[in-house]
Amino acid sequence: MSNKINHSMSLAKPDAQDISKKQKIALAIGIIGLFILVLALFNTNFPNKSVFLTLALGLISVGTIVYSRDAYLTKLEGIKNDGVWFKSISSRGTWGWIIGVILTAFYIVLYFFPTLLGQGVDGAPNTGLISLFDPLSKLLSGRPASQWFVYGTLYTVAIIIFGYKFILKYRHNKYQQLRTVSVMFFQLGFAFLIPEFMYVMNSDLPYYDLKNMWPLNYYNFDQYRIDSFINNGTIGMALLVFGVLSIFVVSPYLTYKYGKRWYCSWVCGCGGLAETAGDSFRQLSSKKMSAWKLERWLIHTVLVFSVVMTTGVIYTYLGYDPSKYWLTKGLFLILVAIFLTVVFVLVMIFKRNELGKDARYGAIGFFIAILLLITMHFTGTIDEVFLIKSGTLRSAYGLYIGSIFSGVIGTGFYPILGNRAWCRFGCPMASILGFQQRLFSKFRITTNGGQCISCGNCSNSCEMGIDVRAYAQKGENIVRSSCVGCGVCSAVCPRGVLKLENDSMEGRINPTEILLGNDVDLMDLVNKK
Amino acid sequence: MEHIVIIGNGISGVTTARHIRKLSDKKITIVSAEADYFFSRTALMYVYMGHMKFEHTQPYENWFWEKNRIDLKKGFVKSIDTETKKLLFAEGDSLKYDKLVIATGSKPNKFGWPGQDLDGVMGMYHKQDLENLERYAPNNKICKRAVIVGGGLIGIELAEMLNSRNIPVTFLVRENSFWNGVLPEGESEMINRHIKNHHIDLRLGNNLKEIVSDENGKVKSIIIQETGEEIPCNVVGLTAGVSPNIDFIKDSNIEIGRGVKVNQFLETNIPDIYAIGDCAEQHESIGQRRPIEAVWYTGRMMGETLAQTICGNRIEYKPGHWFNSAKFLDIEYQTYGWVFSKPREHEAHFHWKHEDNTKCITVCYNTIDNTFLGINTFGIRMRHDIFDKWLTEKRDVDYIMEHLTEANFDPEFYKTFETEILLAYKKTLQTV
Ligand SMILES: Cc1cc2nc3c(=O)[nH]c(=O)nc-3n(C[C@H](O)[C@H](O)[C@H](O)COP(=O)(O)OP(=O)(O)OC[C@H]3O[C@@H](n4cnc5c(N)ncnc54)[C@H](O)[C@@H]3O)c2cc1C
Ligand code: SF4
Ligand code: SF4
Repeated sequence: MSNKINHSMSLAKPDAQDISKKQKIALAIGIIGLFILVLALFNTNFPNKSVFLTLALGLISVGTIVYSRDAYLTKLEGIKNDGVWFKSISSRGTWGWIIGVILTAFYIVLYFFPTLLGQGVDGAPNTGLISLFDPLSKLLSGRPASQWFVYGTLYTVAIIIFGYKFILKYRHNKYQQLRTVSVMFFQLGFAFLIPEFMYVMNSDLPYYDLKNMWPLNYYNFDQYRIDSFINNGTIGMALLVFGVLSIFVVSPYLTYKYGKRWYCSWVCGCGGLAETAGDSFRQLSSKKMSAWKLERWLIHTVLVFSVVMTTGVIYTYLGYDPSKYWLTKGLFLILVAIFLTVVFVLVMIFKRNELGKDARYGAIGFFIAILLLITMHFTGTIDEVFLIKSGTLRSAYGLYIGSIFSGVIGTGFYPILGNRAWCRFGCPMASILGFQQRLFSKFRITTNGGQCISCGNCSNSCEMGIDVRAYAQKGENIVRSSCVGCGVCSAVCPRGVLKLENDSMEGRINPTEILLGNDVDLMDLVNKK
Repeated sequence: MEHIVIIGNGISGVTTARHIRKLSDKKITIVSAEADYFFSRTALMYVYMGHMKFEHTQPYENWFWEKNRIDLKKGFVKSIDTETKKLLFAEGDSLKYDKLVIATGSKPNKFGWPGQDLDGVMGMYHKQDLENLERYAPNNKICKRAVIVGGGLIGIELAEMLNSRNIPVTFLVRENSFWNGVLPEGESEMINRHIKNHHIDLRLGNNLKEIVSDENGKVKSIIIQETGEEIPCNVVGLTAGVSPNIDFIKDSNIEIGRGVKVNQFLETNIPDIYAIGDCAEQHESIGQRRPIEAVWYTGRMMGETLAQTICGNRIEYKPGHWFNSAKFLDIEYQTYGWVFSKPREHEAHFHWKHEDNTKCITVCYNTIDNTFLGINTFGIRMRHDIFDKWLTEKRDVDYIMEHLTEANFDPEFYKTFETEILLAYKKTLQTV
């Protein structure tokens, strides 16, 4: 997609013209709310913090709600994409860039300079923006706020209010509504409230968002976490077991039945933000073939990196002596290697044909991982991978992938790269689920015979940059590892061509030469070749 | 190497080229005067509405053509010299061919209305029409009202387009109900209501008398035949159907009627010259199809077929069961098999409409042996492959109604209406 400057470059046009008076008022209300946060950021000392915090979040929410109601409820039900490529904010115009820069700056400060937000160091009380959130944090868990609490609160508020907007936008579409309610629920409950309550119950437990599984929370098996799980008796052990089970049992099963969408667009917090606050930017993802190539390299590299890094981290704190604890360094590495080999061999035996070109990537990834593991083992005495300490590897991963990629680029660049840049190019979880979705899942997007008119609405609104039309116009089902099953392609298709469904694996991938509707003999001749 | 030249880079021409490339190594050139690359005509409306940019309407990336060795030539063919097998371009150059495919599509109908060539009067077919519309109707300050003449599929799309920019629309429809030459009464009436719900000024049974010019040769108003009413407007959209775009062929010895005459092999009267898509006219209609089928799907199917013939496997164009689809503002429409606006001899319709006025279906069946003949659905998506199968199997209508759920293609969690429809169906049977 080119980002040629379009005619909406000027700041006031046509956005400001397009919106109604009510929407302008709503916008103003929301901006006042934001302004309170900005004042707090610049260390304004508000007299009654809880009142001002409530006011700030309240005004932002009310503004968004009033705005959305006026935007959607004043019109008949239907697809509401008028003008998305005219509005400066959603077409990489001036506003898009401005918002992009602000968000990116916010993430950089959040991750690397929390003191600028007012984070108190070494037990000093918070100031600035973070102190504004102290009352809420005290209310929930009894401790003062931290930069992560502020971030979590804003994140949750964003998912809820923009989720509401999204539900109104798709008020004719039950699928969209249900999955939005689902991400709102998981964000509010699992990511925000439950961890706080868990802290109240047992303050030694590490922060644990139950729905957030490895490798998305790459830190889950760090020593300090494992230690505190183990040291916290039944609850701790249960959490640890749950963490492991969700990787090896829960997730593969659900992905088999429903595709990776069960996670990516119904549960996940990153996905949740992308689908709600990020919805206006979904059309910005690049559909070019070159972007797809980049995607495959990047996402698999991240996966290999995270597997090796996690193995390295666990390896470091395991012992040598089997009599102390059955899982020793050596055994652990062998187990990981066996597991990877079994997966690889099974795939090669059963799914070679379906994999086609992707097989190469899989094989390369597999061999790199195994090679690294072996190297680790032989240099194991010094706990290093290629002479880099696993600890260093772990912090590098945390910095480059966990922070910069997922936060700064993933979210900060919403208005530039689209709302799912992280999910598409960087998320190791998406890469595992996607691998499974492509090979062992009942999920597909069915193409309705010959009905496609190649209009391109589906591709345009695919946030994962899948060229849906390329499949639909060939009468071919869409079985792509990156598809998060958001269902928007199906919603916007003006001819009813696409349906997300779970059905048998048989005939799921169905390349055709000649589409349904033509001469039956010709179809037989050409398609059965 | 044999040189295949295709005039027209629409769906018909491009499908032919793609399939010839799959089957052979022949040299292929596609000629077009309209756009550098193939784009989807059906998506033009979404560009004006801001859902997409023009580049998104192009189904293939620009490198696709070179990679598949399909040459693209921009130029307007002025005439065809069938003796020397040469195309002559308006730009003055020429191009030799061994085989020629005419896939030049349609052009909007103009019925000789006074003022039909004024500034601000346009059809809605070519990319240039879109650019014109953008010029004359960029917003509701410059275009205070638009009048659309002709109530077909393109007319209603144009109404939706203008509506998206809050430009008031008056919609003149000759018939006394929208598209009722094709749609059965109940459906057509539902669409009438839906159009009005969108605040479009729908004028049924109204014809255009003339378009009035201002002092600069620009549209000022239109006058309605029936009432003599004058409606001030800045843009007039002519959407009273399309006809084959073949003026440049008239002086050649290729046989034409309304379109380029072809046999079932899509061959014209001149060897090595074929015609497909909107511009082709069958000598005899195939089944109940019209001799000129101006829809996307048939253009594509003719392209798929003709590529075989050109590559040595001469086969007839033998389309399967009829299907089509469209969208009327927010209501999707699909059809499988044949449902005519009025039941013909030995035919009956079963009609069901949801109370919310946005969903309905009409099923047509034979009254002698109860065979299912076709279905129209509005606001409910159905599966093409299932209906295709049922039509082939010549299922009876009771079977269809009992199994309608299997054919449902709506997104997951949608409310379904099949039980309600079945109940209604059984009820009508009892009263008959
Ligand atoms: C707004 C709109 C919406 C539509 N929606 C639908 C729909 O939903 N479903 C459906 O089934 N159909 C729809 N149609 C109809 C469908 O688009 C046409 O049937 C189809 O595009 C015809 O394809 P074609 O390849 O035959 O011709 P075209 O797409 O018309 O392509 C012909 C090309 O040839 C070029 N050409 C013509 N003469 C010359 C010449 N002398 N020299 C050089 N080039 C020349 C033209 O400029 C044009 O680019 C729609 C049409 C329009 C206008
Ligand atoms: S293909 Fe469709 S369902 Fe999948 S991610 Fe893209 S838009 Fe969503
Ligand atoms: S699948 Fe639907 S939205 Fe996508 S190109 Fe085809 S008709 Fe358009």
